[in-house]
Amino acid sequence: MKRVQFSSPYLPYLFLAPQMAIIFVFFYWPSVQAIQSSFYLEDPFGFGSTFVGLSNYSDALGSVQYQSIARFTVVFTALVTFLSLGIGMLLAVKADAVLKGSAAYKTLLIWVYAIAPPVAGLMGMMFFDQHIGPLVKFAALFGWDMKVGLNYNDTAIAMIIVSVWKQIPYNFIFILSGLQSIPASVREAAAIDCRSGTRRFWTMTLPLLAPTAFFLLVINMTYALFDTFGVIDVMVKDKAANNPITLVYKVYMDGFRGNDLGGSSAQSVILMIVVFVLTIFQFRFIERRVHYN
Amino acid sequence: MFKPLSLAGFALAFSASASMAATNITWWHGMAGRNGEVINEVAQKFNAAQSACALTPVSKGTYEEALASGIAAFRSGEQPNILQVFDAGAATIINAPGAVIPAEDLITGAGHPFDREAFIEGVRYFYATPDGKFVGMPFNSSAPIMYVNTEALEKAGVEAPKTWEEFEAIAPKLKEAGYLPLVQSQLTWQFTENFFSRNNIQFATNNNGYDSVTDTKINMTDPNLVMMFTKLKAWADEGYFGYFGAGWNDNQKLFEDGKAALWIGSSGSFGGLQKTAQKPFTAAFLPYWQGIEGAGTNSFIGGAALFAMSGKPDEENKCTADFFQFLTSPEIQKFYHQATGYVAITKAAYELAKSEGYYEKTPVAEVGIQQLMLKSGDWSKGYRLGFYPQIREIMEREYGRIFAGETSVEDAMKTIETEANDLLARFAKTAG
Repeated sequence: MKRVQFSSPYLPYLFLAPQMAIIFVFFYWPSVQAIQSSFYLEDPFGFGSTFVGLSNYSDALGSVQYQSIARFTVVFTALVTFLSLGIGMLLAVKADAVLKGSAAYKTLLIWVYAIAPPVAGLMGMMFFDQHIGPLVKFAALFGWDMKVGLNYNDTAIAMIIVSVWKQIPYNFIFILSGLQSIPASVREAAAIDCRSGTRRFWTMTLPLLAPTAFFLLVINMTYALFDTFGVIDVMVKDKAANNPITLVYKVYMDGFRGNDLGGSSAQSVILMIVVFVLTIFQFRFIERRVHYN
Repeated sequence: MFKPLSLAGFALAFSASASMAATNITWWHGMAGRNGEVINEVAQKFNAAQSACALTPVSKGTYEEALASGIAAFRSGEQPNILQVFDAGAATIINAPGAVIPAEDLITGAGHPFDREAFIEGVRYFYATPDGKFVGMPFNSSAPIMYVNTEALEKAGVEAPKTWEEFEAIAPKLKEAGYLPLVQSQLTWQFTENFFSRNNIQFATNNNGYDSVTDTKINMTDPNLVMMFTKLKAWADEGYFGYFGAGWNDNQKLFEDGKAALWIGSSGSFGGLQKTAQKPFTAAFLPYWQGIEGAGTNSFIGGAALFAMSGKPDEENKCTADFFQFLTSPEIQKFYHQATGYVAITKAAYELAKSEGYYEKTPVAEVGIQQLMLKSGDWSKGYRLGFYPQIREIMEREYGRIFAGETSVEDAMKTIETEANDLLARFAKTAG
């Protein structure tokens, strides 16, 4: 890469300043505040706060309920990431192979992405409504009495389906463009060497897609961990009850509904650490296997 | 660079204060839909009735969101003059004594008379100090009442039950007639908090939490409460009771569609139900257990109250007091009662509506008030428990597990008690 020369050594910092200011005000400052208040027990109106050390953390981590939410979050994140990446990739590979009317297929597969998560949740809620939901009626054909909102597993399945459905188009767009950047010469050479399409996918296409797939893996995990909040909120209808929820929803429930700022801050710091560890893991161990050009 | 900005700010502040003849006060609330519109109408009436104060209502979403925004605003010194706080959040705000000016002090301080006895029995204690001083101004109050599908009862040839024993007796007939005998919409409010109040059983130590936050313990393993939920589960298994999750509307829907015979709803549901119910309906009191000694007492106020936030200038507080005074006038109470279906909270307003023949035309509207005016008992005036919104979430979770068959009633109640007591102890630390 060519080095850009600035006439003054301060100029680059000036250009960076707006971005840094935004990051500082909206990311670092709140994070520092969260870390600070996680060590205190505070009344909601802020009249007095008591330093309690790590007890907010031990209360959260020691709670059976918190542990079961954490377990669900792991399963949920893994399934949503795997399914939305897998299905997105399958669709992209197939759509890439379509010659006639490919634009129509691609558009149809992409437009779901324009739906906002709460709206997706709302649609999911209607599809899975106990009384009128078409998918519930469909499940009943197979003798499955689906009770979303009542049965833990049924609600979990519905949440995963809606979250995956919402995320597939995003993966589709990226994988499709990744596929299209594979040079025609490489494809042709591979086609001459190997007849099996499946084998060509595993030995040629997938390795060349690795940078895209790695990027998507990171994005999908953060999506499943954090951005599914809207879907979950709408699907549990504001009342989590015995329905599955993720850790980020628990932070919201304790902080904004329960007004327990200390406990909620501790939980959000735990989430911050999880993301931090995950990021390090991904970049140290997975990215090494990814070849950029 | 800063000069023009601050000058502009100064000019803005100056012009704003110059153009304001009336004192502006704000009111944050958690009402939406028709109920939100009625709040705007109440504010318009207040603004039209006098010229010294201008009241602006602002909807902050749901009850929970209104409380959360009120708290956040208070912490940054931007609090509204009036904040609407719902029943479960009452302990949060009342136990933060510097956050609000008690409504009674505010009203008497502004030179208005204040008579506690003017309010109906069921609303008098919930938002008050242990010695009876009003901290919050009761605003929209509701009671859990039983709606009755008249057609279903006629078909089955039975009367609406007054007690749960009577319900048990008629449930098979209702089922035979092709109806789901019973649905409800909120197990926490209707079958827990009001169960204790309607059956006159102690809900928590320290006088249901009113006397102190220190060492308050909840009584979830009460044998009668366990019995109630054991019955509900048995009824559910036999097809006498339907549970469709913690969401209010999923359960109400069966009554609206005429599939359920009895529905425990809110007295405030009546306005909406008139539009949505497909079958004629009437209403009766929330049943109680004949077998529990001393049962049959009144239920306590649900809904929400208005709190005057502290840290505001005197002239604004005067306006808030004027508005509270205005709100309790019989005409406004009657208007609000009839426009929303929430009960009238003063005796005078109730008498006024009655004298105009309102309840002869719409008898359902009277059921909630009458239930709140029933004789009271030692334990029928509600509760004051910290972190109660979270305790409700625990109840919702465990109750859901009971009906999903994942736990037994006894285990669920034990879990709720343990977790709730932990939260109460935690709250005592924050408030202490």
